[in-house]
Amino acid sequence: MTTDLSWLLPLPVVLPLFGAGLALALWRHGRAQGVISVIALSLSLAASVTMLVAADSGPLVTELGSWAAPVGINLVADRVSTLMLTVSFAVTLAVLVYSLAQGVEDGDAETPVAIFHPTYLVLTAGVADAFLTGDLFNLFVGFEVLLAASYVLITLGGTGERIRAGTIYVVVSLLSSLLFLTAIGVVYAATGTLNLAQLALRIPELDPGLRMVLQVMLLLAFAIKAAIFPLSAWLPDSYPTAPAPVTAVFAGLLTKVGVYAIIRTQTLLFPGGLLDGWLMGLALATMLVGILGAVAQNDIKRLVSFTLVSHIGFMLFGISLSSEAGLGAAIFYVTHHITVQTALFLVVGLVERRGGSTSLNDLGGLAKVAPVLAVLFFIPAMNLAGVPPFSGFLGKVGLIEAGVADGRPLALVLVAGGVVTSLLTLYALVKAWNKAFWQPVPENLPPVHLPRRMVGSTAVLVSFGVIIAVFAGPLYGYTERAAALLRDRGQYVLAVLPDGQRGEGESADVTEDASDGVGEPGADVVEAADTGAIDTLATDAGATDTLATDAEATDTLATDAEAVAP
Amino acid sequence: MSPPVTAPSVTLVIVVAALIAVGVYLLLERSLTRVIIGLILTGNGVNLLLLVAGGAAGGPPIVGMTDPERMSDPLPQAMVLTAIVITLGVTAFLLAMAYRSWQLNGHDEVQDDLEDRRVARRAALDRAAYTDADVGTEPESLDEAAAEVHDETGDVGGRE
Repeated sequence: MTTDLSWLLPLPVVLPLFGAGLALALWRHGRAQGVISVIALSLSLAASVTMLVAADSGPLVTELGSWAAPVGINLVADRVSTLMLTVSFAVTLAVLVYSLAQGVEDGDAETPVAIFHPTYLVLTAGVADAFLTGDLFNLFVGFEVLLAASYVLITLGGTGERIRAGTIYVVVSLLSSLLFLTAIGVVYAATGTLNLAQLALRIPELDPGLRMVLQVMLLLAFAIKAAIFPLSAWLPDSYPTAPAPVTAVFAGLLTKVGVYAIIRTQTLLFPGGLLDGWLMGLALATMLVGILGAVAQNDIKRLVSFTLVSHIGFMLFGISLSSEAGLGAAIFYVTHHITVQTALFLVVGLVERRGGSTSLNDLGGLAKVAPVLAVLFFIPAMNLAGVPPFSGFLGKVGLIEAGVADGRPLALVLVAGGVVTSLLTLYALVKAWNKAFWQPVPENLPPVHLPRRMVGSTAVLVSFGVIIAVFAGPLYGYTERAAALLRDRGQYVLAVLPDGQRGEGESADVTEDASDGVGEPGADVVEAADTGAIDTLATDAGATDTLATDAEATDTLATDAEAVAP
Repeated sequence: MSPPVTAPSVTLVIVVAALIAVGVYLLLERSLTRVIIGLILTGNGVNLLLLVAGGAAGGPPIVGMTDPERMSDPLPQAMVLTAIVITLGVTAFLLAMAYRSWQLNGHDEVQDDLEDRRVARRAALDRAAYTDADVGTEPESLDEAAAEVHDETGDVGGRE
């Protein structure tokens, strides 16, 4: 499966990290730092786009340090991860240009560049690692890298309000990390491996009760990061206090990394949709509670933060259907939502700049004063609410179609809930539009001129959201193929472990070990049997039962487990 | 030689439970310093849990030095090492935040969401979140509203 292009895989992680080190070394030279950041992110974006095209014909796998897969850590780029990677680098690049322009305007008071650039690059490296990794512990490390960077970014400048909000954010994130680490410990104790492909083979063999415990623990850890309803209270409190570009990139990316982790673990490790009913309930609660929160808000930044929570519910809706159509729509929705939510936060940053406030009480008449800004707000706002012909509409239609096709009563309730949420989103955003853009202009409006580069980068991101709608056909086709690949776990496992045992790198000792210690039934027989198990996986996408009842395969896996975990 | 032990030590399991219990209790406190101590304790508890996940203790996992049957599993130890480093960095950051909070406010208590309170208070008073030009001023009662309507045929009706 590996093509020549697999050398590209580490680049989206390595380039930003290298850039971060360089930018830190050059902390006295703000301009050089900016150039380094732009170059690092542009190159990573180019690598991601190349992988996006290449991954369409099969997952790319690379083994770090050439250690064979279950022994070493591997990076896997399939359709979902490359799509997420490409969109996130496009978004981070646009936000970087915006923050550079803001730094030029404000003399770096809001975003102290010396710290900002290295941290920002580390954040993107963490996000890229989380998207690409094929190992559960490496996923944890990716999360920690991006979270540690986000702790610094959210408390940038150390003002009273940011320290207050940052404290809650840091403590909640740490708690979710501890939960994740506990889950990793339990997974390792139960299976003796943390490689996702090998876990996909071994977890179906576990006792159903234990499997459920693992699933719930991982879900709990990711649900905090993704801000799913009962665990979402931290988000609208902490995000709005950070500088506008930081909030924009957090809102666009960080919650989506959590959603991606849920998609990856639910489809690869826990197929069969055991918890679908629960996930549906959570999706409904997230959508409705989030949007009701948005309706009640009087501060435009908080209002947009609450819509973010609410729309995470849509993605969870798609995941909980655990059908190809549902997953495809959810992935499309994630793509749409990353761009649109980031654009909206950037626009809100501009609104704050022009109107001098984020409170809807103090804003007014911006449509007359700054018509370009009004257009820039209007397009992503309508896009988010799901007004045709924008991509939000297409994503929601996809979800609703998948929900109706599913036909379970709870799925139909979710369809209704989704429509109500869209309407309430429209209501909340129209309220903000009415208050901020239409009312009489406040008397003491400062005569601020909006910097052209800030408006320009926002406009680029807004039009990127529109372009998604224009090219929705091919993109939707890609997300549906991505969903099909997610459902067909055998392809992923085969790409990582071609013979069902080891990756293609070196692990001489372990191979010896396998033929010496475990080889009582004969190493060749073991290999053949395990490949047989993989074939069953490949031919029958969701068939965990086939695997479980296959006595031969169970035997092999048991001996295999002994070999790894003494 | 006795057969190798595979079950982890019960002592470790008890220590894990105690550390996590104490840590969670401290996490529920208001003072950030206590929260930090709680996080450290919980973190150490989870690290020990990872060690337990590796099975019983054994000899150093070096080929030629220990019989493979009696080796301890090195992977959880490597993971614990990573987790310890991460916890250390984040703890240092949190301490800096607690100090900054003390600098700014004279205490290090984790504070509530103010805007949330404001929204709730306004809702409790049943007051509009804002006034806008479209609403206009509503008359108080129906009589006043009726009086405001200009009646063209008022003379005929004889409202003296």
